[in-house]
Amino acid sequence: MAERPALRPDLATILERIEPGSRALDIGCGDGTLMAALRDEKQVDARGIEIDGACVERCVAQGLSVVQGDADRDLEFYPDSAFDYAILSQTLQTAARPDHMLAELLRVGRRAFVSFPNFAYWRMRWALMRRGRMPVTRHLPVTWYETQNIHHVTVKDFEELAAQLGVRIEDRWYFTREREIGGGGANWRAEYALFEVSR
Amino acid sequence: MSNPHTSLTLPNPLPLDSGQALACVEMAYETYGTLNADKSNAILICHALTGDQYVASTHPITGKPGWWERMVGPGKPIDTDRFHVICANVIGSCLGSTGPQSPASDGEPYAMRFPVITIRDMVRGLVAMLDAMGIAQLHTVVGGSMGGMQALSLAANWPDRAGRVLAIATTARHSAQNIAFHEVGRQAIMADPHWCGGDYYGEESAPDAGLAVARMAAHITYLSEEGLTEKFGRRLQDRDAKTFGFDADFQVESYLRYQGSGFTRRFDANSYLYITRAMDYFDIAEEHGGTLAKAFAGTPARFCLVSFDSDWLYPTAESRHVVHALNAAGAPVSFVELSAPFGHDSFLLDVPALDRVVKGFLDG
Repeated sequence: MAERPALRPDLATILERIEPGSRALDIGCGDGTLMAALRDEKQVDARGIEIDGACVERCVAQGLSVVQGDADRDLEFYPDSAFDYAILSQTLQTAARPDHMLAELLRVGRRAFVSFPNFAYWRMRWALMRRGRMPVTRHLPVTWYETQNIHHVTVKDFEELAAQLGVRIEDRWYFTREREIGGGGANWRAEYALFEVSR
Repeated sequence: MSNPHTSLTLPNPLPLDSGQALACVEMAYETYGTLNADKSNAILICHALTGDQYVASTHPITGKPGWWERMVGPGKPIDTDRFHVICANVIGSCLGSTGPQSPASDGEPYAMRFPVITIRDMVRGLVAMLDAMGIAQLHTVVGGSMGGMQALSLAANWPDRAGRVLAIATTARHSAQNIAFHEVGRQAIMADPHWCGGDYYGEESAPDAGLAVARMAAHITYLSEEGLTEKFGRRLQDRDAKTFGFDADFQVESYLRYQGSGFTRRFDANSYLYITRAMDYFDIAEEHGGTLAKAFAGTPARFCLVSFDSDWLYPTAESRHVVHALNAAGAPVSFVELSAPFGHDSFLLDVPALDRVVKGFLDG
């Protein structure tokens, strides 16, 4: 098997945390990088949902089970507790209703991994304050009018949403410049965050 | 009359959904590639309504290449260097398998005495053929359109017979619109004075005019408006002005007439009646207590469904419906809607993305 390119750190963390042989649903699975790693390294029964047809094609070509669809609409067709894990990496901020999405994740999965760009990251705050315009950064590289991110969220916002929904935060990781950082001052220091949550 | 096609005779009568049974059933088939020692590399390809077993070899009547020659062959997405590919003419059809023009026990053609069959009956015939060949489990069953219905029916009713199921541009049930189009075709055939209640075999004339009209109407449903417009627009055929008559003034008319008349040379009108009826009766959920997910409960197979964005005969929503049922049943399923301009016929035409998906699904 060809050497796999290094996983993005949040995906590497998810890969590490997931129990071997479990069932996982990767929502917005892209070209299937995480799914392939889960299958090959952890014998996970991995399923995916992806909206982009070209990505789905690449997944199918790797023998992955990926359904072309819109997570906002199609998650409802998956039965309760069908998966041990639901994974939503860097996609929460594109959901029509992130609160509904989070609830759906924990309906179809016992646990969920959610990662998202932290809009309270100090560079974002600085860019907004200094220039008075929506920041375009390395991690959020698209102009405001063409971005798929429709609900910008911060670490604090997510924690508050979890509390409101009665969702338990099992663990959390913070990343800046593709490195994991400590939790101190995460809301302004983290470029993006990963949460493991359960019902 | 000897059968000019390769065929085998099923050892037992074939029970049918109607409650009847069909005796001495001939299954005409073609194979490509080599069956390996443990018989684990067989792929069954199921053909569409007017298709046949000549999937990757020259058609004996038209002399044209096989209908899926671009997909099946050495080094092609369905690689005959690796797989043993089997394609059979379905029962009810007319290229060597038992159908309305085959002799009944009295030596005369069945004609309309042929029992009404279903898609599941066709699959029953295919499974019995596989039994006769000693193939317990297919690597994959593949089909587009009506072939996809057979692939899904096999998965639902004989879940252990295929490790993978690839269903392209298809549906788990015929819609009212699908049935309506078929009824137009059937009425065209039955309105032809040469149809004679189906007893036209051995007569000088067959209901060719009716069959051609049926084919013309159906052919429109296989294309997309975009494709038709691109190919023909409103251009005139071999003339500079309209004739103010009913000749084929427009290129699209001439094309449809050509499609219709070519079809009558290779297809039997009664087979068209029986096979369209089988498709109209098709509803996998109905066979399984009204719930499609139940049909696939506990299936061990891996599925891949493909639809085309320009297909309005079996649109993407039909495939999604199957995908949702498979998800509910917990089956491993992939689904992709491919973009292609050719309408329903896209699965037969040059769509490189389909090649990649088929190859990926078989190899993965």
